[in-house]
Amino acid sequence: MPERLQLKIMTKEKRQIIIFLVFALAILIAPFFLQGSYFLNVLVFVGINTMLAVALNLLLGYAGQISLGHAAFFGLGAYISGILTTRFSLDPWLVIILAAVCAAALAFVIGFPILKLKGHYLAMATLGFGIIMYIIFNETVGWTGGPSGLSGIPNLHIGPWIFDNDLYNYYLIWIITIIVMLLSINLSQSRIGRALRAIHDSEVAARVMGVNARVLKVQIFTVSALISAVAGSLYAHTMSFISPVSFGFNFSVELVTMVVVGGLGSIYGSFLGAALLTMLPEFLRVFQDLDIVIYGLMLILMTMFMPGGLISGIQSMAESAYAKLKGKTSSNA
Amino acid sequence: MSRNIFRIIFVLFFSVLMAGVVFAAPPIKIGALFSVSGPASFLGEPERNTAEMMVAEINKAGGIKGRKLELIVYDTQGDATKAVQAVNKLIKDDKVVAIIGPSTTGDSMAVIPVVEKAEIPLISCAAGIKITDPVKKWVFKTAQNDVLAVAKIYEYLNGQKVTKIAILTVSDGFGSSGREQLNLQSKEFGMQIISDETYGPKDTDMTVQLTKIRDSGVQAIICWGTNPGPAVVARNAKQLGINIPLYMSHGVSSKKFIELAGDGAEGVILPSGRVIVADQLPKSDPQKKALTNYVNKYREHYKVEGDHFGGHAWDAIMLLKSAIERGGYSPAAIRDHLEKTKKFAGIGGTFSYSPQDHAGLTSDAFVLVQIKQGDWKLIK
Amino acid sequence: MNSSRQLFQYILSGLSNGAIYALIGFGFAIIHNATGIINFAQGEFVMLGGMLTVFFLAILNLPLVPAIVLAIIISTIVGMTFERLAIRPLKNAKPLRLIIITIGASIFIRGAAMLIWGKDTHALPAFSGNDPLHIAGATILPQHLWIFAVTILIIIASRIFFNYSIVGKAMRACAYNSQAASLVGIDVKIMVLLSFVISSAIGSMAGIIIAPLTMTSYDVGIMLGLKGFCAVIIGGMSSGLGTLLGGLLLGLLEALGAGFISASYKDAIAFIILLLILIIRPEGLFKKKEMERV
Repeated sequence: MPERLQLKIMTKEKRQIIIFLVFALAILIAPFFLQGSYFLNVLVFVGINTMLAVALNLLLGYAGQISLGHAAFFGLGAYISGILTTRFSLDPWLVIILAAVCAAALAFVIGFPILKLKGHYLAMATLGFGIIMYIIFNETVGWTGGPSGLSGIPNLHIGPWIFDNDLYNYYLIWIITIIVMLLSINLSQSRIGRALRAIHDSEVAARVMGVNARVLKVQIFTVSALISAVAGSLYAHTMSFISPVSFGFNFSVELVTMVVVGGLGSIYGSFLGAALLTMLPEFLRVFQDLDIVIYGLMLILMTMFMPGGLISGIQSMAESAYAKLKGKTSSNA
Repeated sequence: MSRNIFRIIFVLFFSVLMAGVVFAAPPIKIGALFSVSGPASFLGEPERNTAEMMVAEINKAGGIKGRKLELIVYDTQGDATKAVQAVNKLIKDDKVVAIIGPSTTGDSMAVIPVVEKAEIPLISCAAGIKITDPVKKWVFKTAQNDVLAVAKIYEYLNGQKVTKIAILTVSDGFGSSGREQLNLQSKEFGMQIISDETYGPKDTDMTVQLTKIRDSGVQAIICWGTNPGPAVVARNAKQLGINIPLYMSHGVSSKKFIELAGDGAEGVILPSGRVIVADQLPKSDPQKKALTNYVNKYREHYKVEGDHFGGHAWDAIMLLKSAIERGGYSPAAIRDHLEKTKKFAGIGGTFSYSPQDHAGLTSDAFVLVQIKQGDWKLIK
Repeated sequence: MNSSRQLFQYILSGLSNGAIYALIGFGFAIIHNATGIINFAQGEFVMLGGMLTVFFLAILNLPLVPAIVLAIIISTIVGMTFERLAIRPLKNAKPLRLIIITIGASIFIRGAAMLIWGKDTHALPAFSGNDPLHIAGATILPQHLWIFAVTILIIIASRIFFNYSIVGKAMRACAYNSQAASLVGIDVKIMVLLSFVISSAIGSMAGIIIAPLTMTSYDVGIMLGLKGFCAVIIGGMSSGLGTLLGGLLLGLLEALGAGFISASYKDAIAFIILLLILIIRPEGLFKKKEMERV
């Protein structure tokens, strides 16, 4: 039976671990090929957006709960970090934890009433929440600097290493992002992950099966908000300057786009979506004013023709390549 | 036989051309960051148009000391994150020697840490005073500070013996900066701000705020914002029958305001760069030449009037040109010679930089104009 | 004395704005009632109405009435195209996909408008002049009267349409249960198309009559659309009196909030009300409660 001897039997878990290690390795090695290049700076932003997209994917892709206001938690993390480190000179690392806890608390409190809603109503409620937060960021000039923004936010540092250049920031952000991705993948394989998917499919059925849908939804909402706030804090310390424009409705829509375009429920998809949308302006620069039209068109076309997102496209390509390979091997026997 | 001669001539010609390309000096790369789309596009678009127009003109005249300029423009969309990404691209990828813009104070504040670290000179076209106060080694600006605009209005109000005022400002970067200045300088000029109202950039009805103001007993209303908000304010004021004199900011110094506000614009007074009343200026005014040149060129290229905002980009490009002509092509040389600029008559005013002053203008960068019968009238 | 005059002005201004929100809200309600979809692009039809009219008036120099009619027709065509190309193929898709598609459409339409007409703001001349009318110490403009009149007309028309005409009743049937409706011979596809036609027509009409007051530009659609949506949620997604009351209430609360609390947080007021309604009484203030079916 030469076939069986030739084919390696790969269990699903093994394959997943290998994919993850390859991905993590690629990310960690990349800077060596990109020394001093502008692309490194772009990848720093891709990292932050990936963290945000993964956080949103937990809510959107797994639990199926729509949020059009996630930029609010991103902004909350950024502003708490920014304000407490500039006005009160508190230790930035401590503040990151504090900001994450605050965001989680807010999400917990709002989550209960809002997550009762479904579909379009939930979307609008989260949208309203996002806009209210934006208005607060914009109007509380005394704290946030208002529309003119908050500048002079200190860079993070560990001992003698100051995170004020692309290389250090790259590693800081991507290491945390990779950890977040790992935890999310684990979550999706666990009981909780299955429960979330059950809620996504049919909440009533899930409840009948004993899933405490209400609490679980709020929990995942809270986790998602926490991660987004951490991303916000890191963003604030990397940029040294934040302004409300970056945390408005437009960015919330961008985040949802990243998740959907990448592939709902797929962590790697979120990376692809984040990468595509962060780098899109680079490609669109050539077209100047056409960029809004192209963005809208892309949304429409992707939703219509590739609902599984980029990841499903890549997966089906990989699968057909794999099948061809298998086919060739068996025909050789 | 003649065919061979033709071939030889062709090859020679081609080689000379190639040699010209090979030995021609590389262009001087200048980066530009403007908010061409997004909420501040009324700034970014004329600025980009003006910058492109001026670079084309300079190149047509042979460039600077024989080298052509190459302008690389990126759109920040009025978003600080995109501004930072763009400035990094300009510095690390495009390897520019100097950058003009951004258009907004927010974007400028965001990119300052990057240019300071990379040691590339930046000439911002935004109005916020924080951009050059405190002074940063590599950062300059061409747009007049709001400080000067507010001072101009307050000076005039002093002359009118007005002490009780109301301020109505828009809740964006421009308006909040103006509000800050209006508050800060009020004591110095003896102004009592009885009513301090705000409105949103996309608001379409300000009758509520104006009703409150009308009944507060003020002698003047100062509205600080950019189109279309102030036009709505002017119309609402007319609708409510408010007779209190209405003052605006330089944010509306374009014909668009008069067009949108209709009858409501009559009698409004505002500080402005000299560009909108270029033809009413006396011949002796040092800026007259530059102003008429700008207005005519812009109309020639783009079929509409050059405005106050495009002028910021004109100043930035011409200041750069003068610095490069005097000193050199390296970022450090450009910076040093920018800092030495004295009495440069531009669109926004007459610029004189120094190590302590990277904003370069004084309060006579502004003139006071009043809208009479749908047109600007210079107030002496 | 002064404060009652102030109060009355707030009320009048609030009601005028509220009528605008109600008109825009109708568009949301009609599509939602026929298809269950929230059309995020509704605000863009409002924008198209105003911008197209400006375009026909200024560039093509048409007189006012033909410009308006043409603008409404073109907006309706855009709405129909959108329904055909983007909505119909996704009839049974999950809400998320539909939301994304309508958001994508709204971005696309806005981008196209920016390309075609630029970023400038444009004013439309008022229909009956600019002389303010005085009512008990407060003032409104004739254009406000136009808004009230058109809004009321549209309500009456929609009442008649949905309650007394076959087509209207057929649309309501689709809203209740599209499978049953098709079983009794109603062509659901046509009904959906019709709902988009009506919504885009009403949306563009709203845009045209408010343009003389609010001026128009390529991005007026966003905020107006959101406020219109708030109005319709308060009103209970009804395509009649409920939405009108919802809109008026929203405008009123906004104006009073801006007047007595703070004008800076005016928009926040609208969205806080939205959140409260959604949390406490999602079926709106003016509708009877319904049971959720599994």
